[in-house]
Amino acid sequence: MRKLTGLWRGPVFWARIVQTALLCVVTVVMLGANKSPFERIGHQLICTCGCGQILLECNHVGCTYSTQEIAELHAQLDAGASETAIQHFFVAKYGPTVLSAPLRGGFDNAAWIVPMVVFLLATIGTFAVVWMWKRRALRLAGGIGNVVAIAEPSIPQDAALRDRIRRETEY
Amino acid sequence: MISHPMPEFGSFCLLLALILTAYNLAVGGLALWGGSPSGLRITRRPEAVWNRLGETARRAGIASFVALCGAAFALVYAAFTNDFSVEYIRAHSNIALNPAYKFAALWSGQEGSLLLWAFLLSAYGLVLRMRHRVDVRLTAFASVIMAGIQVFFLLLLTVGAPPFSIAPGPVAADGAGLNPLLQYPEMVMHPPLLYLGYVGFSVPFAFALGALMMRYPGEKWIHITRRWTMVTWLFLTIGIFMGAHWAYSVLGWGGYWGWDPVENASLMPWLTGTAFLHSVMMQEKRGMMKNWNVWLIFSTFMLTILGTLLTRSGAVSSVHAFAQSNIGAWFYIFITIVFAVCLFTFFFQRDHLKSENKLESLVSRESSFLFNNMILLAACFTVLWGTLFPVLSEYVQGSKVTVGAPFYNRVNIPIGLFLLFLTGIGPLLAWRSTSLRSIRRNFILPSIAMAVTFAGLVISGLRPWNDGDDMQSTFFSLIAFTLAAGVITAITEEFLRGANVVRTQTGKNLLASIVLLIRRNTRRYGGYIIHFGIVVMFIGIAGGAFNQAREMEMSAGSTIDIGPYHLISTGMTQDSKPEYDTSYLVLNVYRGGKYVTTLSPEKRVYFAGTDHEQPSTIVALHSTAQSDLYTVFEGTNPDSGLPIIKAFLNPLIAWIWIGVVIVVIGTFIALAPNLVRTAVRQRQEDQVPVGASPLGVPGVLAKVPHA
Repeated sequence: MRKLTGLWRGPVFWARIVQTALLCVVTVVMLGANKSPFERIGHQLICTCGCGQILLECNHVGCTYSTQEIAELHAQLDAGASETAIQHFFVAKYGPTVLSAPLRGGFDNAAWIVPMVVFLLATIGTFAVVWMWKRRALRLAGGIGNVVAIAEPSIPQDAALRDRIRRETEY
Repeated sequence: MISHPMPEFGSFCLLLALILTAYNLAVGGLALWGGSPSGLRITRRPEAVWNRLGETARRAGIASFVALCGAAFALVYAAFTNDFSVEYIRAHSNIALNPAYKFAALWSGQEGSLLLWAFLLSAYGLVLRMRHRVDVRLTAFASVIMAGIQVFFLLLLTVGAPPFSIAPGPVAADGAGLNPLLQYPEMVMHPPLLYLGYVGFSVPFAFALGALMMRYPGEKWIHITRRWTMVTWLFLTIGIFMGAHWAYSVLGWGGYWGWDPVENASLMPWLTGTAFLHSVMMQEKRGMMKNWNVWLIFSTFMLTILGTLLTRSGAVSSVHAFAQSNIGAWFYIFITIVFAVCLFTFFFQRDHLKSENKLESLVSRESSFLFNNMILLAACFTVLWGTLFPVLSEYVQGSKVTVGAPFYNRVNIPIGLFLLFLTGIGPLLAWRSTSLRSIRRNFILPSIAMAVTFAGLVISGLRPWNDGDDMQSTFFSLIAFTLAAGVITAITEEFLRGANVVRTQTGKNLLASIVLLIRRNTRRYGGYIIHFGIVVMFIGIAGGAFNQAREMEMSAGSTIDIGPYHLISTGMTQDSKPEYDTSYLVLNVYRGGKYVTTLSPEKRVYFAGTDHEQPSTIVALHSTAQSDLYTVFEGTNPDSGLPIIKAFLNPLIAWIWIGVVIVVIGTFIALAPNLVRTAVRQRQEDQVPVGASPLGVPGVLAKVPHA
């Protein structure tokens, strides 16, 4: 049985994988930036009546809060205000909790950056740990060949080894 | 002085349970210490004395269950007999309340739900203590740790939040009634199931901590706790999705998960518990990841307490406001003590947790488990971060912010897709190391399935680049459907490959071979079925990208068209029930010109036993595998007097609930014992040439490297 060698274990290969994954994440996160301003901003705000729902999804009939907020959003858009200006308007009027997610910049950015950084560090860390363990295992076994010998029982008579492998590989 | 016999009986039972549990903790702990090599030598036969003392502690623990049964009975009895002298019953029940919901009053408020927690903990403790012969010493450790947790809840119930407090002043003629949102059949089931999940994690936690404290040799404690963990995980899964189904059916906003802090609190231990169930296999099979597993189960237990803390303390804003109170400080102290105990035990016993094996290849089952754990913990961290960020923001910036669905969806969907990807490839990789040939053989069909699905979906019109506003959600759905096709193909391939070997050996037909295959290795194939259920749920979730909604005022005869459905209103009707007034609209639903069904979305106003009217929405829906037609009567326009109907078309929602059912079935299969082969068959199979069978006989690696 052939083992994974060369390219599969090379740091360049994994670095490329990580780069590609990063590019995909950034691309995906950037997607969806072309919603209509009303839809986009309406989904960045919540109804302030206490229901905690997204402004454009609030289903309380007679909810004066959402009706008023939607009217204000229309008025701001009609006046040609920018997205940031509209956000500032709502934050100034209703407080920062009117935004459905931390969008004000500054410390709010930490809400978005930290999970991504943790995810990336965890991914890289896991790769590093696996890599380190694998190297150590190879060193202890005295080379790749010995590992292959364990993975593929070449001595069928060795019942103890086979029993161990069976025990270790049963799902 | 007025006598209140039943509440007094309940309070007495709680006090008795506290004394018995404290005895279990103190004397049980003393007996364990005394019986250890460093323990006291007070007699010639110290072991017999300490064992006898430990036995009394175990029996005290069993007796505490009886006492808590008495307390729970007293509260339920008070609800059924409308004893409004008890403040808790006055606040959460009323005379006209349906008996099923009177029973649910036990967990509909703060004090009652804490009593339920303590009761369930004592029930788990009862089973654990009755089955102590599995491993007497380890069970004794676990029993004492469980008693420690129980003491906290009983102290809380007797001092911090007593459920049998007598209402001040004269006894009320009627109670305030149950929150209308909770008067729904699933609400009778959802909280106890969720609590069974939360509380159940105490057992593997207690075993893990106990095993570490006593430096338990080997991995037997994992075998002992495996079923506990799986059953607990199953309860939590059902509880979470029953809650999601309740939200979908009752709250009337068309969705099922709002990323509310209390929802998040139930999701976090589920994520870490799922990670534990996977990574513990590495310890069980290969003696690896011992430190990691111990901290995973510690974290899972602490997250269940953190969830309760978030629910009760009001630290974060939640729509589950009915559960908020001032007992947060109790939980802060408890979680600190638990963390300290875990940390100290780990610090002093860490040399006991050395791995017996090291990982040998990047492309192996062990690696996939590591990445699976990383993804699940990353998702858990994201949820925790989002839940606590408002508190952090207030501390740093002086003002709270809202962290709502847009944040969680954007951050968690890519993580979820990565997890779906790993669900597919993980089981295809072999333990220790995977060869290129094996990769080629195992991945070719799933890869083809993914390519065909992707192309088919794009050809049939699922093109994110054409979807403008919905580009991102369409893109994620496309990826999810594509990955789902790959994972389902991989799972099917696994079943067929194994079944073919069984068929060759036994001559049975394919279906019988599959059944035999599953029965011979319930754990492995039950696991595959669980994975299949998760994939089906992902398909249902991905369908959310194509939700449609329409809202309009409807007089008699007016119509709404949504998706393939044509809805015609026949007018609004009003009715009055003992507990509520109701208004509902009758909508005849047609599809392709043919009558399908009649929907009656309802708006209720509850008044019985309450100081003020409480409106409630009753959703009417027509569910098929393709989509749900979901209608909500939002109320009447104050100007025109006309009813306003909001109709949603939610594609593939039913797949989520079907997926949960599959997960439940898979878990039951995984819990079932393997079919024991007869000695004759064992000999026959052992004579099969090396490498010919994937069913656990010698040679398993050579033919089925992914086993």
